[in-house]
Amino acid sequence: MIDRLSQDFGFLQQAIALREQRQEVLSSNIANADTPDYKARDFDFKTAMTNAMDQRMKLSDTNLTLTSPRHIPGKAAMPSDIDMMYRLPYQPSIDGNTVDMDMERVQFADNTMHYESSLQLLSIDMKTIQQAIQES
Amino acid sequence: MSLLSIFDIAGSALTAQSQRMNVAASNLANADSAVGPDGKPYRARQVVFQVNPPAGQPLGQEIGGVKVAGVVEDPTPMKQIYDPNNPMANAQGYVTMPNVNPVAETVNMLSASRSYQADVEVLNTAKTLMAKTLTIGQ
Repeated sequence: MIDRLSQDFGFLQQAIALREQRQEVLSSNIANADTPDYKARDFDFKTAMTNAMDQRMKLSDTNLTLTSPRHIPGKAAMPSDIDMMYRLPYQPSIDGNTVDMDMERVQFADNTMHYESSLQLLSIDMKTIQQAIQES
Repeated sequence: MSLLSIFDIAGSALTAQSQRMNVAASNLANADSAVGPDGKPYRARQVVFQVNPPAGQPLGQEIGGVKVAGVVEDPTPMKQIYDPNNPMANAQGYVTMPNVNPVAETVNMLSASRSYQADVEVLNTAKTLMAKTLTIGQ
């Protein structure tokens, strides 16, 4: 029973975590709006969410066992769910910065709304389950 | 927790932008300072911004705040003003004045204040989101 509950929350939890991460990326873009040669970053939420939910393709990170300090450390890390991409600038600027403040602000506001709605959904989910528990 | 690091990111941008405003204010204030502490005319200064990613992020995916990498002096030539009565005038009657461009500095100031406002908004949004996150399930 409990694993079903956590499965139910898992999706929204993942969504909120990704929204949070995107919020961070967008705030970094806004913070670096005047940094020369800074390239604005973003990721596609849908792709990231699909990757995160598709657990079958996942392997855990692997490290080579080192038995001597002179061994070369080897590591096979799985790529993260998030595929960070660069934004294509509509209006290139002379200092090589690709932050378009209007676009970043719009995306930031959009992401905020999505974050809040995910929170709301999670709250509603919890209330429903609480009600089911208390009903006797 | 990423929402907390938004505070760091936006906070670093606030510091950097206010330093930029400070430098612009200093340039504007000293637009006519023919003598500085070193006996030479004031030279305009500019801040250089740089991305400041926290350590431990995967290569090529760094995101982070901004820092002021340094304050550099403007290399453009100084202004020469003909004023033979000025005690600083040379043999030809010219006074070397600072190379401050007041129009550029005003624009710089406006740009910095707009960026500052945007960062304040980011900070407020992050704060609201955190407060909302804390009320999950209530």
